[in-house]
Amino acid sequence: MSADLRELYQSVILDHNKRPRNFCKPECANRSAVGVNPLCGDQLTVYLAVEDDVVKDVGFKGTGCAISTASASLMTQSIKGKEISDIEHLFEGFHEMVTSNPKSSAGDEKLGKLTVFSGVREFPMRVKCATLAWHAMREALRDTGETATTE
Amino acid sequence: MTLAGEAAVVSVGSRALEAVRFDPVRARRDFPILQTEGFVFLDSAASAQKPQCVIDAIADCYNHDYANIHRGIYELSARATANFEAVRETARRFIGAAEAREIIFVRNTTEAINLVASTYGRQNVGPGDEVLITTMEHHSNIVPWQMLCEEKGAILRVAPIDDRGTLMLDEFEKLLGPRTKIVAVAHISNALGTVNPVAELTRLAHAYGAAVVIDGAQAVPHYPVNVSDLDCDFYALSSHKVFGPTGVGVLYGKASLLESMPPYQGGGSMIQTVTFEKTTYADLPQRFEAGTPDIGGVAGFGAALDYVTHLGLDAIESHERELLAYATDALAEIPGLRLIGTAPQKAAILSFSLDGVHPHDVGSILDHEGIAVRSGHHCAQPVMERFGVPATVRASLALYNTREDVDALVRALHTVRELFQ
Repeated sequence: MSADLRELYQSVILDHNKRPRNFCKPECANRSAVGVNPLCGDQLTVYLAVEDDVVKDVGFKGTGCAISTASASLMTQSIKGKEISDIEHLFEGFHEMVTSNPKSSAGDEKLGKLTVFSGVREFPMRVKCATLAWHAMREALRDTGETATTE
Repeated sequence: MTLAGEAAVVSVGSRALEAVRFDPVRARRDFPILQTEGFVFLDSAASAQKPQCVIDAIADCYNHDYANIHRGIYELSARATANFEAVRETARRFIGAAEAREIIFVRNTTEAINLVASTYGRQNVGPGDEVLITTMEHHSNIVPWQMLCEEKGAILRVAPIDDRGTLMLDEFEKLLGPRTKIVAVAHISNALGTVNPVAELTRLAHAYGAAVVIDGAQAVPHYPVNVSDLDCDFYALSSHKVFGPTGVGVLYGKASLLESMPPYQGGGSMIQTVTFEKTTYADLPQRFEAGTPDIGGVAGFGAALDYVTHLGLDAIESHERELLAYATDALAEIPGLRLIGTAPQKAAILSFSLDGVHPHDVGSILDHEGIAVRSGHHCAQPVMERFGVPATVRASLALYNTREDVDALVRALHTVRELFQ
């Protein structure tokens, strides 16, 4: 098996796919949004409990591929307890990592565990999988009641 | 040149033998894109690859024979028109229609079905009437009917399928009634591979006076089709599934029905005379062909039909049947693999899920191994719902696929298992 496949499907990703964390609707959730990838039918809902511009709790439900499930799972871990403005920065950093060319990996260190998704940039068709939960989360922050799509 | 030279020295006896024995490896050489080392194409149900003769026919049309058709008085336009109309005749022969004017050129199967829905459908379906389809339809054979029913206050009925993906004939029959105006069914399901007994369904539907529309997109690349034998009222197909270019399709309709239908789109070509007070419409088939058609595409489509006819659909069918059996057995060996669609009458389409691995991941890994498959809902979300899966992986075979392609698929699926264990 080739190195970039292993890089895409790192053990952390496989683990979070098998046992997604925060795979629930938190009781105190006050915002939510649905994310849909019309290409593959992946659909997930992100729930947020926001208080004083801080995401106190977060969870998600739905079905998706390993990349989108693991991405949602790791996202919940990385935004819990953070301020909305920090989360926005995280989103930007994450988005840049999965879409940028491999050489410009500036800012990766802030992403912590999320860097396991750096292999995604070698697979452009999978970028939408990796960002689905993030788009839904941002939609939930605004809670416009609209469905987020990867389009 | 070499080929022609070789053919000249082959004896009559062995040449006859050659015609019967179909050789996929040889046919594969006709497809430039399949010459790429290590590339395995298993997505022909989405769109088939194109042989050199089709690519050449399109180029030839533009290089030597191109002008607008049905218009110019000059020689080139007359030639372009003759070539275009010759393809109509080729298509007529290909599907066994009685007359060339029963062949309407459209963009694709989807447009063909929409044409019927918005002309015959609008004219013949009223409030409380029914349109009967099946669970296994492609979205293009669901949505146009849904739109029609919504507009007319009619009811869309859906005949169920069993756990193997076979249409439940008794249920289908029970859903027919005096209010059934249109029955629209796939000849072959794109998501399951099920071959429907369309002649039988047509007979049943006709007993209730319903018109029968068959979505033949998946059938024509694999089986000899004869619309006269089927006795269906409409038959829709796409060029790009039968090794021709995109942008061209055919709607076959019985002349008596087509003649009674209002036009589909208004414009040039489809008229007899136009004044601001009144327009009279052209005869068949031009009445349904408003505007300049895809002239180069039709040239390519003609070459594609000639190509398939030359290879022989019976030979293609038997090759694919053998390959399907081989692939079905091979996939059965893979732990956790579940075939979705195991109808006794099945075309060379293998839809499956793999325990614990999402189809999208399977598709990505297979792609990485050089194997192109479709993963998703295949524009047949009700089928996915019926089998309780969000999506499937679909490997679809065509005349140029070989056992080696299937072996490569099996090896790559083991890689998937290994990665996700």
